[in-house]
Amino acid sequence: MKTTSVMIVGVGGQGSLLASKLLGRLLMDEGYDVKVSEVHGMSQRGGSVVTYVRFGEKVYSPIVTEGEADVIIAFEKLEAARYAKYLKTDGRIVVNTQQIDPMPVIIGAAEYPEAVLDELTAKGLSVDALDALSLAQQAGSSKAVNIVLMGRAAKYFDIPYERWIAAIENTVAPKFVEMNKVAFSLGFNA
Amino acid sequence: MKKLMIGNQAVAAGLYDGGLQVVSSYPGTPSTEITEFLAKYDDIHSEWAPNEKVACEVAFGASLAGARSACAMKHVGLNVAADPLFTLSYTGVGGGMVICVADDPAMHSSQNEQDSRHYAMAAKVPMLEPADSNEAYAYAKAAFTLSEEYDTPVLLRMCTRIAHSQSVVEVGERENAPLKEYVKNPQKYIMMPANAIKRHPIVEQRTNALRTLAEDCLFNKVELNSDEVGIITSGCSYLYVKEALGDTVSVLKIGMPYPLPTQLIKDFASKVKKLYVIEELDPVIETHVRSLGIDVVGKELFSLLGEFSQQTIAAAFGKEANASVCADSAIPNRPPMMCAGCPHRGLFYTLAKNKITALGDIGCYTLGAVPPLNALDSTLCMGASVSGLHGFNLARGAEAEKKSVAVIGDSTFMHSGMTGLVNVAYNATNSTVIILDNSITGMTGHQQNPTTGYNIKGDPAAKVNLEALCRALGINRVRVVDPYNLKECDTVIKEELAAEEPSVIISRRPCVLLKSVKALPALKVDADKCKSCKRCMTLGCPAISMKDGKAHVDATLCVGCGVCQQLCPFDAIV
Repeated sequence: MKTTSVMIVGVGGQGSLLASKLLGRLLMDEGYDVKVSEVHGMSQRGGSVVTYVRFGEKVYSPIVTEGEADVIIAFEKLEAARYAKYLKTDGRIVVNTQQIDPMPVIIGAAEYPEAVLDELTAKGLSVDALDALSLAQQAGSSKAVNIVLMGRAAKYFDIPYERWIAAIENTVAPKFVEMNKVAFSLGFNA
Repeated sequence: MKKLMIGNQAVAAGLYDGGLQVVSSYPGTPSTEITEFLAKYDDIHSEWAPNEKVACEVAFGASLAGARSACAMKHVGLNVAADPLFTLSYTGVGGGMVICVADDPAMHSSQNEQDSRHYAMAAKVPMLEPADSNEAYAYAKAAFTLSEEYDTPVLLRMCTRIAHSQSVVEVGERENAPLKEYVKNPQKYIMMPANAIKRHPIVEQRTNALRTLAEDCLFNKVELNSDEVGIITSGCSYLYVKEALGDTVSVLKIGMPYPLPTQLIKDFASKVKKLYVIEELDPVIETHVRSLGIDVVGKELFSLLGEFSQQTIAAAFGKEANASVCADSAIPNRPPMMCAGCPHRGLFYTLAKNKITALGDIGCYTLGAVPPLNALDSTLCMGASVSGLHGFNLARGAEAEKKSVAVIGDSTFMHSGMTGLVNVAYNATNSTVIILDNSITGMTGHQQNPTTGYNIKGDPAAKVNLEALCRALGINRVRVVDPYNLKECDTVIKEELAAEEPSVIISRRPCVLLKSVKALPALKVDADKCKSCKRCMTLGCPAISMKDGKAHVDATLCVGCGVCQQLCPFDAIV
């Protein structure tokens, strides 16, 4: 079996570590060999954050290189565009349409490419965009953006719905489980 | 039992299951989680030491006392702990002792990308290097046996990718390693010349014995698949080689980068037509292979800089790059920055506004260097702001003393800023040192330190009184300011720069990310009052941006610190 490569990209503080923890745990429980590569430290302070998740029969490298990702889960539009070159040309990007301005944009040194998702679609990439922030707020917390996006991305994995729910129960702090289950289903059904 | 663990958690589990009793460390990315995970075990002693030298010496003392001990640090931390390391090589150990050191190729979170394998060679201490979490667990556990069997501390080298990658670990049981009997042994442990002279040949004999071990041990493995191409590699480079080339090449995987085997390498080289060494950073294995008179391809093809990937290896072996597409629009960078409400911001704003030269240090506040504040002039290593400022002022005299400061965090000041401050007082420059006291070690993810009043477990502990400490070190002028109060910062900084003696300003306010810090209601911009002067934008606060020509505060980010309010000439921020 070929190794499948997933990237979770976003802005430091958006909860990508929990998303990768959830996915890693789920894939291990499904019997796959799994590697999840995170970056801690400097990149957490509002910087661009990328996490790699790879699974298969035997996984060697913990990282994903250009043109290698089967799925990219992007917590923010600009980050989707930044890492789009890592996607296989027949891969899929699940992207939150939220816009978070980076400092160069805030101070006017650069412009935010507003229509960048259309650009990626025009280049032939399969872009699956949704307003995960609104759905997360609907579920009860803007912090659940990560789980909404995992719900949407679940469609591109060959793993039954209830196994994802079990992984949420195993990964998320008990008092947030119900809210995250709602967030997951909102993403899944969006 | 199988568990998914980051490499650092696996090291912690391996050390614990190897019978660890005492661990002392100073946090540093990418090594911090080793000790954080060890702190979860209640039947061993764990602690944050003020710096890596102290941590290493605590581990030495515990080892001397007969316990299995460890310390963990990032690569540059080993520079600080190098003094005990080199002589520990001579004394050897009582209980097994493991020094975990985490390198950071590509400098994800570091000021340089030094290769700590040089320390193993220079100190003549064996080093192990795992390539995934399962090996990290097994090597950490085995390191204690190696340490006691060969009477030496053992270095366990991690790198960012291994330390922070989760993979599946087969976890075993904790080994029972009771405290050994303590017997006074001056010849072994008192390293004065007469004794040290007798210990040095023992170090050389031990290294020879370890060389023999390297020829046939579980750490170095040969995979013979091809008689065309052979690759000697280690750590994460091994993973990239396997990913890119699979079973099409023969591989000698080095799990013990010091001391390296000789016959094993010669035999491997003789079985392949072309030999490569693939290792990140410096040509450590390559130099050894060349010293054996073996022709090899190494750094001429594989960079000295940064990290590799499967793509690096594939490209070097002539494989075509994967097809990919990218957006045509320029993608603005997203550098890390100080958080909304960060207490450092008000202070850096004041320094930048007054065009003050600021020698910086290592921590979150290094981010004061980035636009729009551009408030720092240097960042070298832990503690260098204070000692550096003294030198700067010595060289440039009274004029510089009136316009320059050192900026250092509370934890970094405890680590190695204090000694610099003693020097300021003792050798008398009118230096102004600003301690950014945010009541936590911030950048590495909120570790306690001697100024916070809590220990690694979160239990109450002795709390260093920074004001009293600075006075005791010989500084008479010690002032405390609230960095949210711009006027106060401005006044006090000007007064202390003008003072005819050295001074310390403690800029005190807890990190806004601490759970104990409650956010105030988010501020709003009254668009009718906003004249678009952009004064508030000069703070570089991620919560403030310009929307439709007017300032706008993002309510999800703003914590109501009020610093921007003080800047607005039109009272438009409410």
